[in-house]
Amino acid sequence: MAGTGKAHLRPEDEVLIRVEDLVVEFPAGRGRTVKAVSGISFDIAKGETLGLVGESGCGKSTTGRALIQLPSPTSGSVRHGLVELTELSDEAMRRRRTDIQMIFQDPISSLNPRRTVGEIVAEPLRVWGPKGAAEQKALVDKILDAVGIDPDLARDKRPHEFSGGQCQRISIARSLVVDPELLICDEPVSALDVSVQAQILNLLEDLKVEYGLTLVFIAHDLAVVKNVSDRVAVMYLGKLCEVAGPDELFANAAHPYTALLLGSIPEPDPSAAVDEDLVDDGELPSPINPPSGCRFRTRCPEASELCADEEPQMREVLPGHHVACHHPLVAVAGQ
Amino acid sequence: MSDAVETDRRLLTVTDLRTTFSIAAGDVQAVRGVSFALDRGRTLGIVGESGCGKTVLARSIMRLNLGSNVTTTGMAEFAGRDLLSLPMADMHEMWGMELAMVFQDPMTSLNPLVRVGRQVTEHLRHHLGVGRAEAARTAVDLLKEVRIPEPEARLKAYPHELSGGMRQRICIAIALACEPSLLFADEPTTALDVTVQHQILNLLGREQRERDMAMVLVTHDLGVVAGRTDDTLVMYAGMVVEQAPTGSLFDDMRHPYSEALLRSLPRTNQASHTRLAAITGRPPDLIDPPSGCAFSPRCPYVQPRCREEVPPLSAVDDPDHRFACWTPVGSPEGSEAFARNVAEGLPQAVAVDLTTGSSTSSGGVG
Repeated sequence: MAGTGKAHLRPEDEVLIRVEDLVVEFPAGRGRTVKAVSGISFDIAKGETLGLVGESGCGKSTTGRALIQLPSPTSGSVRHGLVELTELSDEAMRRRRTDIQMIFQDPISSLNPRRTVGEIVAEPLRVWGPKGAAEQKALVDKILDAVGIDPDLARDKRPHEFSGGQCQRISIARSLVVDPELLICDEPVSALDVSVQAQILNLLEDLKVEYGLTLVFIAHDLAVVKNVSDRVAVMYLGKLCEVAGPDELFANAAHPYTALLLGSIPEPDPSAAVDEDLVDDGELPSPINPPSGCRFRTRCPEASELCADEEPQMREVLPGHHVACHHPLVAVAGQ
Repeated sequence: MSDAVETDRRLLTVTDLRTTFSIAAGDVQAVRGVSFALDRGRTLGIVGESGCGKTVLARSIMRLNLGSNVTTTGMAEFAGRDLLSLPMADMHEMWGMELAMVFQDPMTSLNPLVRVGRQVTEHLRHHLGVGRAEAARTAVDLLKEVRIPEPEARLKAYPHELSGGMRQRICIAIALACEPSLLFADEPTTALDVTVQHQILNLLGREQRERDMAMVLVTHDLGVVAGRTDDTLVMYAGMVVEQAPTGSLFDDMRHPYSEALLRSLPRTNQASHTRLAAITGRPPDLIDPPSGCAFSPRCPYVQPRCREEVPPLSAVDDPDHRFACWTPVGSPEGSEAFARNVAEGLPQAVAVDLTTGSSTSSGGVG
């Protein structure tokens, strides 16, 4: 795809968030622009976990941040229910942010080192919540307990007294204390050890059920994304390549880029031979001057002239499985 | 790591290596008695969580643990000489020539103010006295070897002009320049994307085979070890808890920590939303390590004996497969111990008990 199109979108009344033709560009000096996200469309149903995967620089974090208008996209639409977020005033958007919360990759630097855990988790409530101190404390204790932190031990400590995994739990507590609908998780486990990663992934799964959350899970680790997602969107250089359910995507990857990503995963199983023939000495091209047509064509083993001339459109190759590629790796129904 | 036949293939023998850092709070025992051997042309993987001592072990052998508060004891016999008792001046001669290292972060391990070409040829010119023109030619060959496109142009570049993957290729080219017989790769791909990781690991494997070079691959990722190493050491709290040829380690994991590490990984062959068997708790304090087995506070198989006596690293059936556990995975004692712990409701056992389907959450810590 690295292509465009909206064939994969669902009817608007079934979804919580609908993003259309999202474009995010940043000035790069000397009149150039970094085309971080170039016209992608996707939607998120209520209660669903959408996994966004791709290499560094593919625009996945920028997409996540555009959902909460940090910063507002260059163009395109982000609809939350009936409300068009891109048209809201700053003040109206500020009020909306209790519904859409975010957690970040580095749990330690995303907590203020000078505040106590109690203050950190209560801060969103001081802005939005009930004003009574006792009421706030009860809510903070409840949420700390839910993320597996003992409130009586933690309340008066500061972030440096906790491990990375515990800090991530605290930042999850801070985001959930205002009872959001949508939680955007930007690489929440990439900085953690595997054992702690498993604890946090299990915790997110539990909280999702308990608090009726909808999640956007941004990560570069495909095994992690498969574990948590209900739907996976693969991104490459600011475009969407493929959208499918996780089991379907891993069983029948249709986009050559998805196949490359899957082939690169180191499997903890010595009998699964390492694919040394997987030809890819390529690198991500510059988002300042992306390739014409399909953006993946410079690294794609299937690329043809058509790929340089014409940008592929999203189309359904199997039920619920959409790909933007001229030469998908699965047979296309009706062709 | 067999003690077998070709003793002349033996390159490195490490015996009871211990490294301690003295800090205000006490003595941090980062490595607590590690022994292993490595033959020429073989790859050894060292796996474990952050803080298990894997990097300190590699740096201790390389004598890169500088500072007056660091003490290393034991032996590291490399081609007949004990590296740990060599004068530093001799080590300087061996770095790059005999022993080389590739570090985790390719962004910071290159000098930002020096063109790539001079960094690649530094060892050649310094150690081998190669002339400028010949060094430049060798540098081009080396960059071709590590598959950097347009090598002539890249030699004139500064590190910031290259991507992370390209920089790691440069670091590998520097490490390979003088054809060392042992390469330490300390988390060489942790900072890189999965596709670039695949490229770099392929590159290291190919170079190693072609040069008959031994390699120590330090990583936290069992997936990296699985496809790329001959033997594996699993470390926990500064000690080796399991040591085996990589194939038999994965086929027949005996130490509960190795098993826990593998089970906590999300796997692509599992259906989505498969619950992960997380390890509860966290690694111990190495200033005052627990008595008995260091993993016992988190171990689903723990028995009273484990909290009192440190289990020795020993082999049971296969002499090459050694592990340090009183109640190993797959043994009758192990199964019994686990069943007893589940019945008694020990949290770390209940959390990974998949038979009842009651596997509970995320192992509260804090």
